[in-house]
Amino acid sequence: MSAILRKIIAPGGIPAWGIRVIASRTYSSSAGGKEMTVRDALNSALDEEMSADPSVLLMGEEVGEYQGAYKVSKGLLDKYGPKRVIDTPITEAGFTGMAVGAAYHGLRPVVEFMTFNFSMQAIDHIINSAAKSNYMSSGQISVPIVFRGPNGAAAGVGAQHSQCYAAWYASCPGLKVLVPYNSEDARGLLKAAIRDPDPVVFLENELLYGESFPISAEALDSSFCLPIGKAKIEREGKDVTIVAFSKMVGYALQAAEILAKEGVSAEVINLRSIRPLDRATINTSVRKTNRLVTVEEGFPQHGVGAEICASIVEESFEYLDAPVERITGADVPMPYAANLERMAVPQVEDIVRAAKRTCYRSVPVAVNA
Amino acid sequence: MAATAFSASKFTQSFSLNSTRSVDRPPLFPASHPLKTTPSSFLGSTRKLSLSSPSSSTSRRRRRRPSRSPAVVAVSEVVKEKKSKSNVSLSNPLITNEEGLELYEDMVLGRSFEDMCAQMYYRGKMFGFVHLYNGQEAVSTGFIKLLKQEDCVVSTYRDHVHALSKGVPARAVMSELFGKTTGCCRGQGGSMHMFSKEHNLLGGFAFIGEGIPVATGAAFTSKYRREVLKEADCDHVTLAFFGDGTCNNGQFFECLNMAALWKLPIVFVVENNLWAIGMSHLRATSDPEIWKKGPAFGMPGVHVDGMDVLKVREVAKEAIGRARRGEGPTLVECETYRFRGHSLADPDELRDPAEKARYASRDPISALKKYMFENNLASEAELKAIDKKIDELVEDAVEFADESPLPARSQLLENVFADPRGFGIGPDGRYRCEDPKFTEGTAQV
Repeated sequence: MSAILRKIIAPGGIPAWGIRVIASRTYSSSAGGKEMTVRDALNSALDEEMSADPSVLLMGEEVGEYQGAYKVSKGLLDKYGPKRVIDTPITEAGFTGMAVGAAYHGLRPVVEFMTFNFSMQAIDHIINSAAKSNYMSSGQISVPIVFRGPNGAAAGVGAQHSQCYAAWYASCPGLKVLVPYNSEDARGLLKAAIRDPDPVVFLENELLYGESFPISAEALDSSFCLPIGKAKIEREGKDVTIVAFSKMVGYALQAAEILAKEGVSAEVINLRSIRPLDRATINTSVRKTNRLVTVEEGFPQHGVGAEICASIVEESFEYLDAPVERITGADVPMPYAANLERMAVPQVEDIVRAAKRTCYRSVPVAVNA
Repeated sequence: MAATAFSASKFTQSFSLNSTRSVDRPPLFPASHPLKTTPSSFLGSTRKLSLSSPSSSTSRRRRRRPSRSPAVVAVSEVVKEKKSKSNVSLSNPLITNEEGLELYEDMVLGRSFEDMCAQMYYRGKMFGFVHLYNGQEAVSTGFIKLLKQEDCVVSTYRDHVHALSKGVPARAVMSELFGKTTGCCRGQGGSMHMFSKEHNLLGGFAFIGEGIPVATGAAFTSKYRREVLKEADCDHVTLAFFGDGTCNNGQFFECLNMAALWKLPIVFVVENNLWAIGMSHLRATSDPEIWKKGPAFGMPGVHVDGMDVLKVREVAKEAIGRARRGEGPTLVECETYRFRGHSLADPDELRDPAEKARYASRDPISALKKYMFENNLASEAELKAIDKKIDELVEDAVEFADESPLPARSQLLENVFADPRGFGIGPDGRYRCEDPKFTEGTAQV
């Protein structure tokens, strides 16, 4: 399963698309002006949490000597040793269950899946052993575990490496599902997830790892963490609400720029957390703008957009001026050819078109993909 | 019928140690391993097992025994030595009087409790899936009575007796089965999901094979605590109980690998009762000798007669001792049998009545009783007193459960999360990141 990835990542350890190496991390005393990649944000969050609490450990395939399949755990093996940064054999079901058993007993494991597609081999443990345990044991056994890894489509990796699992995990009570977008999200949410006493599924995005975002001094503080279950309004607007998570937030922001030039003021909400879903923020925003577009990469049926749509219809029906537009990935397994893949994943133009549809601008074709 | 059930010699090769038997006389009753029974008595499969040819003579059978002695380096050699030294059990009993009574009481508790469960189920007080443990008590008692409170037990859906042996009060287990709020999980788990943090019973899992990685994780924690968190006296051992059907599941092998690789303090206990619902072990497994799978992963594999609590206890002592000393995992296959069906809903039509009768004659409780009488470890009166005490205990548990209240409606939504608001929101409802005192820097980077 990881054979394809191994081909992309050369034995030297530098992925084909290159990584930005931040040689030294300096904490500037003045706020603003600093940028950090999402990869470094995750690395620093893991580093700080492992340093603060000796019961936090990282386990997964290639997290140790290989420095992480996507270099997210770079340097951690040297700092914390092989007993806390554990290279596992290729046994998702086995080591995930083992991590859950360790969490039952008081440790705080962070389990890395090379991609969340591989978590399907371990999903029995994520749902049955981890998510349901606090309920089944009536509060006796809590499971302070974090399952993290890249989720969703990457570039040209084919159908079995490209599925988005947000909807699957978010439908299960007992789990918290977080989806960071930028570096601040990544840092704050991962730190909150590690300290949280419940199982957290932390869905990252491979294409965002290398992207750099500005980061504030507060976010760099080692106690910084973001609240779980609160969405963030990335851009204020008054005509249409665009709700997105993970990589799609970036696309939504770009779409908002384009729409602004055409006179449509879009409000962009970064969900940050899919379970619990911040229905309050979304509803408040829709009551202000009266139009909603949801964007996600995953499959359309029973997706996150469907849940948001239901929530709006239940709570803010009279405020809607147009039907809710859902933008999702195509209802097909991810194709390989580059042009087909581009059509199977939402693009900025799709978001712009959908927003215009809700604003009754004339658009000849309602695209289904 | 079970004349010398507990004689020390029966564990390994009886012919070499018991000199009174002549070569040509067949043993008094079938050998301890199902594969060695005469081929005409089938074990639930219409296919004759190719290992023992139809015309096997007793001598051929005996000749095969040395080759199938457990390929264990540590355990069986020690036990064999011990046994051969004490070939006359009468002069050197394996247990003391107190231990014997403790074992007897635990097994009788398991048996009575399960019988009462069956009664209650048919009266409608218990519902859903209930899987009873009758006949397998020797395994639970033999192993769990050697543990400390901090040691962990992970089990499957057949977990009532594991819970009782580990120390969960009978009242709590019965209430849980009735679905009352005084149960060990306040009625939210049920028969298949017994959890007890106090007694370190980590469940109760419905999916077979699911408990094995969790047990491996508990063992991992024990080792981590000792080596990383520097709790020097942490030598807690974990026992994982599971059945023969589970041994064909991928997770079992994954955990054998990891446990041996990292030398985790765990004992994998296979309760081989030959049947997975209606699927005979021999029909489902390419090589039915499960203990052999241990050495393939680099750990000792032992086969023991699971209807004999003293033999199980001897093997358990060695395996648990190994784990405690940090020498790594052991795979113990206990040959045992469940007297009832897979669950109370199972009509149990596929098993041969002759097979059931054969194992019923090896009932572990009767066997222990006989041993204790023969070795003058207990009197009839003492054992009867225990029987009575357990009967009263179980009756009391039923009464308690009957009188306990059902869970309140508000309990439905409780305990989904340990911290429903999530870490980022402090106890006062405000975001932690907005509290200026919070960002004071706790980590040294």
